[in-house]
Amino acid sequence: MLTIKDLKASVEDKEILKGLNLDIKPGEIHAIMGPNGAGKSTLGNVLSGREGYEVTNGSAELEGTDLLDMDAEERARLGLFLAFQYPVEIPGVSNLEFLKASVDSVRAAQGKDPLDSVSFLKLAREKCKLVNLDQSFLKRGVNEGFSGGEKKRNEIMQMMLLEPKICILDETDSGLDIDALQVVAEGVNSLRDPNRSFIVVTHYQRLLDYIVPDYVHVLANGKIVKSGGKELALELEEKGYGWLEDAAENGAG
Amino acid sequence: MTDFHKGLLAVNEELSPALTAISALNTCGAESFLQQEIPGRKTEAWKYTSLFNLTSNEEGYGRLAEKHSAAGLDGISTIPALDAQRLVFVNGQYSEELSSNSDLKNVVRFSQANETQQQIIADNLGTALEQEKHIFGALNNAISKDGVLVHIEKNEQLKTNIQITHITTPDAKPFTVASRLLIVLETGANATVVEHFASNDAEQNCFVNAITEAKVGANARLNHYRLQLMQEGSIQIGGVHVDLDRDANYDSFQLGLGAKIVRNDINVNHNIGGSHCELKGVYLPQNKQLIDFHSNMEHKVANCTTNEVFRGIMADKSKAVFNGRIHIHADAQKTLAELSNKNLLLSDDATINTKPELEIYADDVRCAHGATIAQLDEQARFYLQSRGISAAEADVMLSFGFINELLENLELDPIRNLIRPILAQRFGRDEELMKHIG
Repeated sequence: MLTIKDLKASVEDKEILKGLNLDIKPGEIHAIMGPNGAGKSTLGNVLSGREGYEVTNGSAELEGTDLLDMDAEERARLGLFLAFQYPVEIPGVSNLEFLKASVDSVRAAQGKDPLDSVSFLKLAREKCKLVNLDQSFLKRGVNEGFSGGEKKRNEIMQMMLLEPKICILDETDSGLDIDALQVVAEGVNSLRDPNRSFIVVTHYQRLLDYIVPDYVHVLANGKIVKSGGKELALELEEKGYGWLEDAAENGAG
Repeated sequence: MTDFHKGLLAVNEELSPALTAISALNTCGAESFLQQEIPGRKTEAWKYTSLFNLTSNEEGYGRLAEKHSAAGLDGISTIPALDAQRLVFVNGQYSEELSSNSDLKNVVRFSQANETQQQIIADNLGTALEQEKHIFGALNNAISKDGVLVHIEKNEQLKTNIQITHITTPDAKPFTVASRLLIVLETGANATVVEHFASNDAEQNCFVNAITEAKVGANARLNHYRLQLMQEGSIQIGGVHVDLDRDANYDSFQLGLGAKIVRNDINVNHNIGGSHCELKGVYLPQNKQLIDFHSNMEHKVANCTTNEVFRGIMADKSKAVFNGRIHIHADAQKTLAELSNKNLLLSDDATINTKPELEIYADDVRCAHGATIAQLDEQARFYLQSRGISAAEADVMLSFGFINELLENLELDPIRNLIRPILAQRFGRDEELMKHIG
């Protein structure tokens, strides 16, 4: 599904990703954990095409299509979805208009006609219900005045509407209480599909009790320094990242 | 007397004042007008707004229109779904055909006023406007021959709205429309007045000199919309002058969209205490348009509040001027005043001159102001793009959202429904890009 090879990327001439490899097969969930500053968010930003990140080496292909030369919207239309760590508030643009514009764009790329307003509203309401957001959120400005948990649930709702192939969850659990976390996790689990893959970027093991990964990778100093099964997350919770960071610096990763 | 003064006063030869009160106003208006110099670059209040387009017209504007035909204008004169007592004027002349025929209980032309109403006009006309500070206010005093009175009785809560519409159409020669509106709300009254300036689609050649005075009585509330939706060829210079009595509320939305030159002076006087002014405004010049809003909040006494928010988007080679003055007099303790002005420039050739101007002579007040000039937010644009929306459509949605924030809070749905598609068209000149807004 998604193949990343020797990916190097810089922000303002500072190299953040220093040769990252990752191969994700359809239906898999990969968790990426690591200390602050390891490059976790950079990975999501580079893959989704945010400006200001310069890729200096390597490749990233979604089902064989090179992502790195595409604009952000083209990647989204191809089926890549980034759930933001900090979803942006856009007062004046209603959530519903935004969702419709988004779904229409992705559908158009798939050669499908836009949904009529009534069908779309019905669909959006259903998804609202699934993530436990009141329908009134559809009328409000995009994320405007939403609580942290509401913003994250709105992200998951967008994911449900767009039905992407590869979902990157960038610290979606940060700052969530356990109830909100469960709603988010249930949303993600409901989207699990043999043809859909997930990258779950997180700082905390807790999320992985609810979204059970197939693989856990540790990102430190711009590289994957250790990979394992879900039990690796528990080991990290216990031992912290120090021992792996040291190993990375010694070139033993 | 300069040619400029003489030219603009020339319309006085064509009509006689409808009432003696107006006749008196004409005389003192002309006197004041003649004493004031043509505003130029060195006039502080006109520093950024050139009157070249008004003064350079070879034929001049000093005549009234010959044509007043209502034909084909009914689509422009009504605001869909707005329940209103409606008076419509075409090129300055009353149009019975386009006005609502029945139930004009609270609105009357000066020339049709009964004795009581004449007294109200005589008592109030010209009292909120300081003509010596506003040359085009003085001009309006000098050349208005008729006008419109909106009068709401004590404690009357008006359920229907009042709509005053001025439509212009081109005439053989450039001409002047002098429009005068006087709104008087007695104690405890509540009303919504929609002033609506529009035109047909043809290239216009009029100069509209429109002055509104509002006298808002104790504990009364006026909700005032002033929408300028004319075609770009016209020139509109005038303003709104408001006197607020004790605990009065003035809630206003101003839209500047049309005309070659638009200049609005909005002057609000907190005169007695406890009054509140809520002023929202939007200006969207395009092509070579110039739109200028000069607001002035006079906090003369204690315990009054003002919340003022103006937003503008400048496209093409257009220009906007915003000057927001808040004057807090020495006795105006406990004033709360906020002023925000945000601007978006959509082209390298567009200009905005914005200036918040606080003059504070009291020591126990809270006063905040901010003016920003920005491009569209990169974070927001990326967020939309990351959801598959093209950069071009994202820009349209964000620009519209920037203005739409102010529209969302409008009390009258029909007004929002009238202006949203017009505004949407300004941003999404390509149908494809505006399908998700408006």
